[in-house]
Amino acid sequence: MSTVTTAAPGRSAAPAGAVRSWKTPILLSVLAVVALLVFGAGAPRNNVTFRLSDPNDAIVLPDLVLPAVATGWLTAVMLAALAVLAVLAVRRGSAVPVWLVAVFAVLFLIGFLTWVVGSANNPNVALYGLLAGSVTLAVPLIFGSLSGVLSERSGVVNIAIEGQLLFGAFAAAVAASVSGSAIVGLFAAALAGVIVSFLLAVFSIRYIVNQVIVGVVLNVLVSGLTGFLFSSVLSKDAETWNSPPRLPVLSIPVLSEIPILGPILFEQTIVGYLMYIAVAVIYVALFRSRWGLRTRAVGEHPKAADTLGVNVNRMRFMNVLLAGVVAGVGGSFFTLVSVSGFGRDMTAGQGYIALAALIFGRWNPIGAFFAALLFGFATNLSNVLSLLGTPVPDQFLRMLPYVVTVFAVAGLVGRSRAPGASGIPYVKG
Amino acid sequence: MKLELKGITKRFGSLVANDHIDLVVEPGQVHSLLGENGAGKSTLMNVLYGLYQPTEGTILVNDKPATFSGPGEAMASGIGMVHQHFMLVPVFTVAENVALGNESVGAGGLLNLSETRTRIRQISDQYGFDVDPDAIVEELPVGVQQRVEIIKALVRDAEVLILDEPTAVLTPKETDELLGIMGQLKADGKSIVFISHKLREVKAVSDVITVIRRGKVVGTAEPGASTTELASLMVGRSVSLTLQKAPAAPGEVTFSVRDLTVRAANGQHVVDGLSFDIAKGEILAIAGVQGNGQTELTEAIMGLQEHVSGSITLDGEELLGRSVRDVIKEGVGFVPEDRSVEGLVGTFSVAENLILNRYDEAPFARGLTMRPAVIEKNAQEKIAEYDVRTQSASAAAGTLSGGNQQKVVMAREFSRPLKLFIASQPTRGVDVGSIEFLHKRIVAERDGGTPVMIVSTELDEVLELADRIAVLYRGRLMGIVPADTSRDVLGLMMAGMHADEALAQATELQGGDQ
Repeated sequence: MSTVTTAAPGRSAAPAGAVRSWKTPILLSVLAVVALLVFGAGAPRNNVTFRLSDPNDAIVLPDLVLPAVATGWLTAVMLAALAVLAVLAVRRGSAVPVWLVAVFAVLFLIGFLTWVVGSANNPNVALYGLLAGSVTLAVPLIFGSLSGVLSERSGVVNIAIEGQLLFGAFAAAVAASVSGSAIVGLFAAALAGVIVSFLLAVFSIRYIVNQVIVGVVLNVLVSGLTGFLFSSVLSKDAETWNSPPRLPVLSIPVLSEIPILGPILFEQTIVGYLMYIAVAVIYVALFRSRWGLRTRAVGEHPKAADTLGVNVNRMRFMNVLLAGVVAGVGGSFFTLVSVSGFGRDMTAGQGYIALAALIFGRWNPIGAFFAALLFGFATNLSNVLSLLGTPVPDQFLRMLPYVVTVFAVAGLVGRSRAPGASGIPYVKG
Repeated sequence: MKLELKGITKRFGSLVANDHIDLVVEPGQVHSLLGENGAGKSTLMNVLYGLYQPTEGTILVNDKPATFSGPGEAMASGIGMVHQHFMLVPVFTVAENVALGNESVGAGGLLNLSETRTRIRQISDQYGFDVDPDAIVEELPVGVQQRVEIIKALVRDAEVLILDEPTAVLTPKETDELLGIMGQLKADGKSIVFISHKLREVKAVSDVITVIRRGKVVGTAEPGASTTELASLMVGRSVSLTLQKAPAAPGEVTFSVRDLTVRAANGQHVVDGLSFDIAKGEILAIAGVQGNGQTELTEAIMGLQEHVSGSITLDGEELLGRSVRDVIKEGVGFVPEDRSVEGLVGTFSVAENLILNRYDEAPFARGLTMRPAVIEKNAQEKIAEYDVRTQSASAAAGTLSGGNQQKVVMAREFSRPLKLFIASQPTRGVDVGSIEFLHKRIVAERDGGTPVMIVSTELDEVLELADRIAVLYRGRLMGIVPADTSRDVLGLMMAGMHADEALAQATELQGGDQ
């Protein structure tokens, strides 16, 4: 996008008259105008109800009732004010502060929700369900992007997340159906992810085939293979092969009764709890352990690691296999948690969205976690809105997660910096 | 520790990089390896460091044979290496870089960096390194990064330290500091293998000098040997180290730069308010340490930079804001600093590379077609004139050696009448023999009445070619001084002192010595 110039070391911060980027203020201004026209002028003349807890919960919070017109105008005016602040900041020669963009995003979301729910036939939405559902939908995305973190931090681009998820889903369905145990299915899913990863590792590390091409080929291979087995075996005798038991939801007593947060954190299946554990463990291990230091070194400057006696390709191989375990477990979500049974190409490009979450989250496990949550939220919002019967056509709503992905990755990332040697095979000498 | 190499041979296919090399490094000794680029110095050191396996020969550590299957084993035997291109992970802290591969681990496999930090501070204090263990490496100046590399070796208890072309990236002041550090290390009983092609430095620090040419040891010398003696040993024939050039006869000023400012994407002024003139028939050399705006300056003149303000005029025509093609058609010849990436298309033939700037003009093109016979004939002439060593005109340019690639670039740029000639690092990585030739060509162009601008980070080259010297520091001009200015003054200017201050300080120091 812009030229990067080598700077002399120790050169101080930007002097006056810096090269200004008007991208952010322009985007914010356009969105603020949209908000004024749609949320403000186009606001529906009724009240919008956000339900904060289920009537059967132990602690029941009162419903939040907002007048659509007033809320719409209020958010729109505040958005416009923020856009003006952004313009002023750039005119002064400094960058738009991050908090400003964050506040803008939250306000825009509130305005949008009020408007879209208010315009629906039934202006009443369960906010707690919307949030909990987002987390549930984000589970495979989070596993997928963690798989990407493990692999890319060590220097191997993992386009095969999609294939790992799909093969994990397939293996979980078959193994759980045959054995009658969802836990067996979970292990089978991890193994399936490793198989895909093994192929990725052998071809990209041992035989130095272009990593992106191997990844895409693996995705197509898994799609074809599972599709074939689905039509020739699974659908012929679904009773034996494709009726896995579901993983039970394990509610933690008391804690799961906390309003809004309870269902998100303490009312999950094993896969859901594993997801939280994986994010924390991978984060700590990556930045605080010997393994993490070596992984990052191998992904940033493999030759430096090699000259210090670290075996670069072995490190990478192990990381890619580990990435397969993580993505495979994520795949089990589709057949053991979400629905009971495998369907052709049921991952539907979630692996690629996970890749986007990885980039948006700046190759950081926690960043990837929140990015995946955002995409999960967009997906769930489109589901909920289509149920409410909004004036927005269904097709547009289903585009929402992808539009959010494109904007997030292209626009708001700022300078997201990939590991230095990601995608570059290491050859000695 | 005594280190001995016996009959080391390293072949890559049919290429013999090292041919039965014998070398003995005694404890507490600085042993210099002198040789041109491509002579096989780095290969030999990579063999010693376990990065390559020797085809034949043995390595003896304290008179016992040793084999190193990897750098880890070489380090365990007490060999440390500071590579020419630093082996540091740029986004890591100093402590993380030092710990890597040798980490101390606490409970649960978590890193314990505090021990590493203590060791870094210890070594840093002992040798006066002034290195902060928690600084991010990519934010450190090159000279400090090099010290981190030395610390890495010392933390691993290196007894023999291999320094591969360590001064190539340093300012004259940093170079002096490094030579001082080498003295301290030697006093501590460490042995140092110093690899260089800079005769002055080699003479200054060595106890023993071994000269390598085309993979073979061609002789050893005492540090007292004269530079011409060493140079002819290195090149294999007598070379004249000082260029014979007539004094400049500057004509009218045809090239002027006024208030030129180039901003990087982040707003930094990488070139900051430069103004200078070059007259017909004179060479202005732009000196300075790498990364002080030289690249951006030349690229701004060529039209390769965005965010440029000010004015650049050639024969009264404004060049700023014109396309690169326009600038070339105005008669500007340009040798970029990285010939393999910017100067040539490596996969194209030598003949094609020789007409890259005129492929669409007569006589090389007629209508929509190119004329291979004419292009081939042109190539034969240029190859003969510039003595380009290539198998044929149709060989891919990327297969040529550095010096020959540079000759191709120069031949192309000099093949049409020029109103301005700009060369960035014209002889970087070029063998001594070719340097002589290329320098003569540049001076010939000057004598033909072309204004010439040379950008070089090598002070030797600057002093050799320049009629006037402009020193850049952080994008600013520290002054324009005559060609006979002393190295000390130039060194101070390259470190950010204005010409008059530098001159005053240098005179003062000189006065103090007497």
